[in-house]
Amino acid sequence: MTFLTKPKLHHPDLHKNSLGYTRRDYEGAISTLCAGCGHDSISAAIIKACFELELPPHRIAKLSGIGCSSKTPTYFLGASHGFNSVHGRMPSVLTGANLANRDLIYLGVSGDGDSASIGLGQFAHAMRRGINMVYIVENNGVYGLTKGQFSATSDKGAKSKRGVINTDQPIDLVSMALQLGATYVARSFSGDKAQLVPLIEGALRHKGAAFIDCISPCVAFNNHDGSTKSFDYVREHNAAVNYLDVITGRQEITVDYAPGTVETVQQHDGSTIRLRKLHPEYDMFDRISAMNYLHQRHAMGEIVTGLLFVDPDPVDLHEHLNTAESPLNAVPQQKLVPGQAALDKINARLR
Amino acid sequence: MLQSLDRVQGLQRVNDFVVKFANVNGSGSASANALFAKSILRMGVTATPRNIFPSNIQGLPTWYEIRVSEAGHMAARGGGPDLMVAMNPQTWDADVKSIEPGGYLFYDNTRPVPASKLRDDIVILGVPLTEITNAAYSEARQRQLFKNIVGLGALSALMNIDPAVIVQLLSEQFNGREKLITANVQALNMGRDWVKNNMDCPIGLTVRKADSVGDRIFIDGNSAAALGAVYGGATVCAWYPITPSSSLAEAFMRYCSRMRVDPETGKNNFAIVQAEDELASIGMVIGAAWNGSRAFTATSGPGISLMQEFFGLAYFAEIPAVIFNVQRAGPSTGMPTRTQQTDITICAYASHGDTKHVLLLPEDPYECFEFGASAFDLADRLQTPIFVMLDLEIGMNERLTQPFSWDDNRKLDHGKVMTAEELQAGKVFGRYLDVDGDGIPYRTLPGTHPTKGSFFTRGTSKDRMARYSEEGADYQENMERLLKKHNTARALVPPAITRSAAKPTRLGVIYYGSTSPAMNEAEQILGEKGVHLDLLRVRAFPFGQEVEAFIEAHDEIFVVEQNRDGQLRSLLINELEINPKKLVKVVHYDGTPISARFITDAIASRVQGA
Repeated sequence: MTFLTKPKLHHPDLHKNSLGYTRRDYEGAISTLCAGCGHDSISAAIIKACFELELPPHRIAKLSGIGCSSKTPTYFLGASHGFNSVHGRMPSVLTGANLANRDLIYLGVSGDGDSASIGLGQFAHAMRRGINMVYIVENNGVYGLTKGQFSATSDKGAKSKRGVINTDQPIDLVSMALQLGATYVARSFSGDKAQLVPLIEGALRHKGAAFIDCISPCVAFNNHDGSTKSFDYVREHNAAVNYLDVITGRQEITVDYAPGTVETVQQHDGSTIRLRKLHPEYDMFDRISAMNYLHQRHAMGEIVTGLLFVDPDPVDLHEHLNTAESPLNAVPQQKLVPGQAALDKINARLR
Repeated sequence: MLQSLDRVQGLQRVNDFVVKFANVNGSGSASANALFAKSILRMGVTATPRNIFPSNIQGLPTWYEIRVSEAGHMAARGGGPDLMVAMNPQTWDADVKSIEPGGYLFYDNTRPVPASKLRDDIVILGVPLTEITNAAYSEARQRQLFKNIVGLGALSALMNIDPAVIVQLLSEQFNGREKLITANVQALNMGRDWVKNNMDCPIGLTVRKADSVGDRIFIDGNSAAALGAVYGGATVCAWYPITPSSSLAEAFMRYCSRMRVDPETGKNNFAIVQAEDELASIGMVIGAAWNGSRAFTATSGPGISLMQEFFGLAYFAEIPAVIFNVQRAGPSTGMPTRTQQTDITICAYASHGDTKHVLLLPEDPYECFEFGASAFDLADRLQTPIFVMLDLEIGMNERLTQPFSWDDNRKLDHGKVMTAEELQAGKVFGRYLDVDGDGIPYRTLPGTHPTKGSFFTRGTSKDRMARYSEEGADYQENMERLLKKHNTARALVPPAITRSAAKPTRLGVIYYGSTSPAMNEAEQILGEKGVHLDLLRVRAFPFGQEVEAFIEAHDEIFVVEQNRDGQLRSLLINELEINPKKLVKVVHYDGTPISARFITDAIASRVQGA
């Protein structure tokens, strides 16, 4: 099997962003996932977000692990370098890549098996190190490529397509990301593009560890009655706390909001996130109450979505390590190799 | 009390003996022991110390053994010590028993030791170290630390070690802190004075000024390898603590903080991450190298086992990586603080599927530095993992070694990386396209060009243009190219070094790494016995033509190594299609470093028995 490449022909009237790119320039190869797969909607959302933010595609590095979700980077941002690494180990590869060149945007795509089972350790440590990245988990609660086994995010009591009831407690990656210090934490639903696209945009603009848990129903193995990750179930139980608009510097704010329902967040890079609050009491700057709220609502059977926590002034790994402002992969040799004179001094001390 | 000093005529040796200190881990003896070794070096006599220690923090026995040899022998001699400094009651019996007949026992006789605990064929040197220190110091910590220095003073007087040399070393160690220097010199003299007033000095083992050190430096292999990584241009280090490799990453940290902090901005031209495990360490290294940084990890056997899947990825997706493997005795947790050359097979063929990796085999700190630096050029040139195979013996012990040198005109070789200009000019880019016929394709770094040169890196099979492919032909072509690339490596890695015997011989020896000093000495001893051997020291895998030629030119070849199964021997047989009968396995794998005595006995019995 070989992936099909999409025809490069573009409609001459396609809208171009200020870089001269059309939305098509942010696309990748034709998806080989099942028709109707939630993951393809997330790919489409990533394409839209990058186009709208006018990001040069080649300045984005997309990395993934193994699984259906991890295949998706082939289907978006064809002009970006991609890295389909090892099962559950995308976070470490992304961390290394980020250390080598802090100037690129790092987009990590993973799944619930990749991040909550085999890769739970790497997921956790990437969050606690504060890598400047966007980490999206395309969460369908099931192993698709191996045909329908439960994953670690499957809810207790959920029923598999074969009729088996899951008896294990689910792992909630959002709660973990909050607890481990991620500075931008969101949950969304692949079927809610209006919510998802701005969440991705906000994450791309965020200069720290940004995590989005995106529930993405598996049409082949986890979209039946009794599943808690089916389209119907998620739609019925979705409890959004807010909706975002991401406003880059140049855009004018044209939408009128009812007083008291809007929150504005100035991000480090100058962009603004404007939130329409759906739950007036929800405070997305308070990590602890966010965790509380999530757990309370989860107990009530709700799936809380939206931007759940943001630290507008995050500190990333490079700041912790005090690394040079210019990328490490471009430091000239004379700054790296101390030379014979320094070696003479070292030799002298060792006699 | 002085005990029967004159009962035995002790060994009479100048600049040629072994001293062993038996200590309690954590008692502060390490610094005094090192001073002892360095003072002999400063007198121009080759001294080679070895730390022998258990996997433990505090309280268990440790030993520090020093081979003193004006002739320049640096291997473990084998056998017991000529002088035992027995400071550990826990190991007393075994320590005393191990002394060579006619040897010397130095101990603290503040509390009398019954005659049954001693031997009558050795010279007993009792010095009341505790009594002397307790009389001079009131504080417990001081008593403990200065007791070691008092002991050093006593030994220096007994062995004719120049006290001025020790005073000089102390003043260098405490660099300007006069109070500390004075206090230590005072303790040193307490020991010297007591011995001079109460015993016959010197004993039969003495140090005499000589000229066998030259301009060589004294450093451990882990530090040397870390310095090599600095000079090799490494900017990213990701590691997970594991004995005996941890001090390599820590030395890199130390060197970087001195030499890699930008003087103008105060920012670091390096990034070091202590990862959550070895999987993450190697993942970070591969991510960084994929993105154009020179990156490495330092680990040991268990880490190597954990990293296997990633090694396969780096091999197959062709990503540079440098792995310093400081080997210890396996399998499993094995003997974490004992030395072996035991990961040759697992590194040469790391990961599932057909793989072959490049190994470098340094013999001493000098080569740890050299290979430590050139490994990064090789990794970039070959776009593949490079394993630098140290072991505990080289890594964690200080050794006399050639001074480090660097050609300031040397340019780091970043290999085949296509630039934005080349892409813009229309140069064809296929990530796995063998343009030059050497099996090495071109790569691009992320972010290079807006529209050209991007590709998808994957561990799955692909075609020449890096497109996913399960076509048998694509897969096979790629695997064959990887083999071609491995053959290209044969000419790029450090060649094996041959040394011919004094007389023509059909007998040969192949050895590598930390076996060197023992082999050099054994070759000399065997030569004197009329057993002539041509030597070949392998310095890398894949093997060059010279290795094949050497095997071809000899009838019988001893392959000397420090593992049970003769791993290098198997690799030679497998890769060069050698008749196994031609290669005789000589293996030493009890966790102690191989000695000349062992090699001599093994080869002599085989040759004379034939």
